[in-house]
Amino acid sequence: MIYEPSVVAVVVFLIFVGITLGLSFYLGSRAKSSQGYFAAHGQIPWFINGVAFAGDYLSAASFLGICGMIAFYGYDGFLYSIGYLAGWIVALFVVAEPMKRLGKFTFADALDAKFGSRGIKLAAGISTLAVSLFYLIPQMVGAGVLIQPLLGFPHWVGVLLVGATVIVIVVTAGMVSTTYVQFLKGSLLVVFSFVLTVIILTRGFEVKPGGNDGHAFRQLGPFPAETDINQWQLPSELTAASRLETRSDSDLPIVRFEDATLGRPSYWSLHPVDSDQVLLLEAQTLSRTEDGKTLVNGQIKGEEKGEPELHPIGHVSQLPGGATKTGPLGPLSFFSTLQDSEVVLWANQTVTDTDGQPITIFHQKPTPGSRVLRPGEHPRFKGIRSGQWTDKLDFLSLMLALFCGTASLPHILIRYYTVKDEASARKSTIVGIASIGFFYVLTLYLGLGAMTSGSLDVTNSNMAAPLLAKSISEWLFAIISAIAFTTVLGTVSGLILASAGAVTHDLIANFMGIQLSDHEKVRVAKIASVAVGAVAILLGIQFEALNVSYLVGWAFSIAASANLPSLVMLLFWKGVTRQGVIAAVVVGMTSSLGWILASGDTFSKVYGLPAESAWVPFSQPGIVTIPLGFFTLIVVSWMTRKTQDA
Amino acid sequence: MQTRNARIGFVLFLVYLMLYGGFVFLNAFAAESMEATPLAGVNLAILYGFGLIVAAFVLALVYGWLADQEGNHPNKEGGQ
Repeated sequence: MIYEPSVVAVVVFLIFVGITLGLSFYLGSRAKSSQGYFAAHGQIPWFINGVAFAGDYLSAASFLGICGMIAFYGYDGFLYSIGYLAGWIVALFVVAEPMKRLGKFTFADALDAKFGSRGIKLAAGISTLAVSLFYLIPQMVGAGVLIQPLLGFPHWVGVLLVGATVIVIVVTAGMVSTTYVQFLKGSLLVVFSFVLTVIILTRGFEVKPGGNDGHAFRQLGPFPAETDINQWQLPSELTAASRLETRSDSDLPIVRFEDATLGRPSYWSLHPVDSDQVLLLEAQTLSRTEDGKTLVNGQIKGEEKGEPELHPIGHVSQLPGGATKTGPLGPLSFFSTLQDSEVVLWANQTVTDTDGQPITIFHQKPTPGSRVLRPGEHPRFKGIRSGQWTDKLDFLSLMLALFCGTASLPHILIRYYTVKDEASARKSTIVGIASIGFFYVLTLYLGLGAMTSGSLDVTNSNMAAPLLAKSISEWLFAIISAIAFTTVLGTVSGLILASAGAVTHDLIANFMGIQLSDHEKVRVAKIASVAVGAVAILLGIQFEALNVSYLVGWAFSIAASANLPSLVMLLFWKGVTRQGVIAAVVVGMTSSLGWILASGDTFSKVYGLPAESAWVPFSQPGIVTIPLGFFTLIVVSWMTRKTQDA
Repeated sequence: MQTRNARIGFVLFLVYLMLYGGFVFLNAFAAESMEATPLAGVNLAILYGFGLIVAAFVLALVYGWLADQEGNHPNKEGGQ
C-alpha cells in the first residue's frame, strides 16, 4: 500500500510530541534527587498512577498487534487481551502490596529485602535488563512501523526518532514526567478507542465486493473440483490456465491465467466450498523484477496515490437474510449479526511462477462469521483445534506465561514505588485493571471493525487500527497514530527507566559496591539510559522483520520464568534462602531464553531453518520453565538451609 | 507475612484462577463448546472472554472493599 504523509497527520503528530516533550521538561525541573528520579518521590496520586499503569501496559503490542491480529484472523487476538488482563489479577492479589512494602527503587530491592545479598542484586538486576531489552525490541520495531505511513520515513528513521525522543524524556525528567506522559497517553488511548468503537457500531456492516478503493474482487464458479480447469465454463478473457507449484500440499492451489481484461496475467486461488466444488477467487500478487523493482498485481508499484498499489481489503460478503446493509448495531447485536454473516479474510503463500521466479499470492478466504468469532484460527493457536498434545501444551504454555508474566515485568513493578503506601498501590492497581480491562473489551470491536472496514493493508497487520481510523476520517487517523506513537514513547521510557534503575542500584551501587552520592546516582542512571536507549535503537533496526506480538511473548515468558517464582515463594514460604533465590532467577532466565532460542518458531522466523528441526517439542517455554523456576528455588533453598543449620 | 489482605488476596486469586483455568482448558480440550450461542446470538467464546474481564474488575473491587475494612496502615509490617 502507498502511504502518503498528510499535512493534518503531521501537524497533529508534532503537536502531540511537542506537548509530551514540553510536559517532560517542565516536570523534569522539579525532580532533582534520586528518590525523585526513580520513584517520583513516592508522591504520585493513586488515580494518576492507576491510569499510568494502563499507559505503561497498553504498549504498541496491545494496541497495534492485538487489533491487527483480530482484523486478520478473528477472535484469536482477543485471547491475548484476556491473558494480558488476567495477569493483573496476579499483580493485584499477590504482588502489589508486598512489592510496595519491601522495596524502594527496583524489583531486586524487594527480592533482596530479607537477605542483603549482592548475588541476588546481580541476578535480579541482569534479569531486569534482559526482560526490558526483549520488551524494548518490539516497541522500537512498532515505532518504525508507525512512522513509515505517518511521515513517509523509512523504518530506521522511525526507530531512531523514537529512541532519541525517549532518551530526551528520560534524561530530562525521570519517573515524574514518565508517569504524567503515561497518564495522558493512557487516558487518550482509552477515550479515543471508545470513540472509534461507537463509530464502528453506528456504521454497522455493509456488503461490498471489495475494499474502499472500489476495486471489486472477481469471483467465479462454483466449478466441479474433479474435472480439469480447461473444461470449465470460463469467461472468454481468461485463457491459457496453468496451475502453479505450491510450497506444500496443504497450500491452496493457485492458477494463473492470461487475462484480456487486464492485458497481463491474473492469479486465482481455488477455494473449496464443499467436498466436490471449488470457487475461483481473484488474488493479489507481490513480486520483484530482475532489477529489484516491486511489482504489485503485475505492475510496478507506484509512489503516489492513483498509481498502482495493492488494493485495500476487508469486506463483508454476505449479511444475514440477504441484507445489504445493517444500519447502527448494539454492542451485542454487532456480534450476533457477524456470527451469521460471511467475511472475506485474506491469507498469503509464496508459489513458483511460470518463469520459475517466486511470487507472493494474497488470496481471498471467504469465512463464515461463526468461524471468525471462534478461537483457534490463527496458526499460533492451532493447539485449540489440533489433536496433537504438543500443540495443546504450546497453547496452555502461552496462556500460562501471559497469566504469570504481567506481575513480573520490571517496568510495571517499579510503578509500585511511585505511590505513597500499600493502600495507594492497591487502589492504583484497581484503577489500572478497570481502564485496561475496558480497553481490552474495545479491542474486539476495533479489530472486527477494522476487519470489515475495507481499508486494511494486506501486507501489514500492524497497521489495522490506524487504517481503520483513516477509513473514518483523516483527523481521527492523525490522532490515533499520534496516540499510538506516544504509546511507544511512554512504554519505552518506562522500560529504559527500569533498566537504568537496575544498572544504577543493583549492579553499580549494590553489586560492585561503588558508593554514589544522590546526585551521582541520577547522573549514572542518565548515562545508563542513553546506553540502553542506544542498544534498543540498534536492535529495533536489526529486528525490523520480526512480528511485534511474537517478540512480546518472549519478554513475558522470560519475566514469568525468572522473576515470578522467587517473588511468590518469598511471600508464602519462610524457608527461602539467598542461594535459592539466585538459583531460581538464573535457572528461570537461562532456561526460558534457551528454550525460545531452540524453538520451532525461532528456527523458522529468525534462523530461516525448518521448524521441524527444532530442539524442543513446542515453542512456548512457560509451562516447563515457570515450574522449573519454582522447583529450583525449593530444592536449592532446602539444600542450602541444611548446610546453614549444620 | 500472612496479613489479612494477603489471605483475602489469595482466596480471590484462587477464584479467578478457576475462572481463567476453566476458559483455557475449555478452549484446549472442548473447543467446539466455544461456538455455542447461549445468549442473544453471541457465542460462548465472546461471553466467557468478556466475563473474565468483568470478573477481574469485580474481584478487584471486592478486594479493595474488603481490604479497606481494616484501615490503611502504611508499612504495617514495620517495613521488614
